[in-house]
Amino acid sequence: MTDNHSSNVGIVIVSHSPLVARGAADMVHQMVGESVPLAWCGGNGAGGLGTDVAGIHEGIEKAWSTRGVAVLVDLGGAEMNTEMAIELLEASRRPMVTICNAAIVEGAVMAATEASIGSDLPTVVSAAEDAI
Amino acid sequence: MINPGTLLQTLAQVIRDNADELTDLDQAIGDGDHGVNMRRGFDAVAEMADELNALDPGSALQKAGMTLVMKVGGASGPLYGSLLMTGGKSLGSDPGVNDMAAALRSGIDAVCRRGKAEPGDKTMLDVLLPVSKTLEACVANGDDPAVTLAAVRQAGSQGLESTRDMLARKGRASFLGERSIGHLDPGARSAQLIIEAVCQALGAKP
Repeated sequence: MTDNHSSNVGIVIVSHSPLVARGAADMVHQMVGESVPLAWCGGNGAGGLGTDVAGIHEGIEKAWSTRGVAVLVDLGGAEMNTEMAIELLEASRRPMVTICNAAIVEGAVMAATEASIGSDLPTVVSAAEDAI
Repeated sequence: MINPGTLLQTLAQVIRDNADELTDLDQAIGDGDHGVNMRRGFDAVAEMADELNALDPGSALQKAGMTLVMKVGGASGPLYGSLLMTGGKSLGSDPGVNDMAAALRSGIDAVCRRGKAEPGDKTMLDVLLPVSKTLEACVANGDDPAVTLAAVRQAGSQGLESTRDMLARKGRASFLGERSIGHLDPGARSAQLIIEAVCQALGAKP
């Protein structure tokens, strides 16, 4: 899963709710198709609302791109668990993953649109953060 | 020395016994998942008790911390996980009271970095910081173990009570603004329960 050499920045969507994460990913997919590596994860791993470090780690691997990965999160626990998941990556890959300070749905759509035209990671993150 | 796995099993039992209260506190000012999340995490740690008992205390805490991170599913996973992982790293294999004070301090520093919270934000730190300061003062005084444990327990209870009148600045409770005042913080309560249980276990040691 790590040899996704897409030339575009990847997007990972992390919500407490699998339905929200999947729904946001559906919207992104409709906008940008297969041009952007995309993964979503939601739920606590035991079937309830929450976020799961292992699942987020898998999502980052799935959406991995040599250009980097932008992660959209919903609430505090999602952000902290994403930070933990990033720390599970080898040190050299960690700086290539950025958590966006953005609304999850609007941010994901804007980030993916920016990523689909080949922008670099900081530009993709800014697009998400300027979404509202 | 108390076996680390057995101590963590005791903590899991305390969390289990009080999970409903943690959930009630969290429903008042948060999202109502603190009891369930803590229980899931600590139950997973309790299942590893034999394995943890075979490790030295520092390594056992680190391993338990990683399990909390992976199993809890909410913010309390990374927060308690960081506390145990970083604390465990500096605890070493045969800790005395000095080492425990230093380990608690380094664990708390990790919680501060992870949660980006400060004292007075109505969080677990409002229990952990006074506990740590009290422990350090007792160590500096050379107080005997019974005095130290009593002082630490009192610091934990007072810290918990201090969160009642605080305005929440972190997590979902912060969305409530002024309405968070008048409620105990659920994370502060779980921290106080853990401190209390650890003191009881250390005090009961032969």
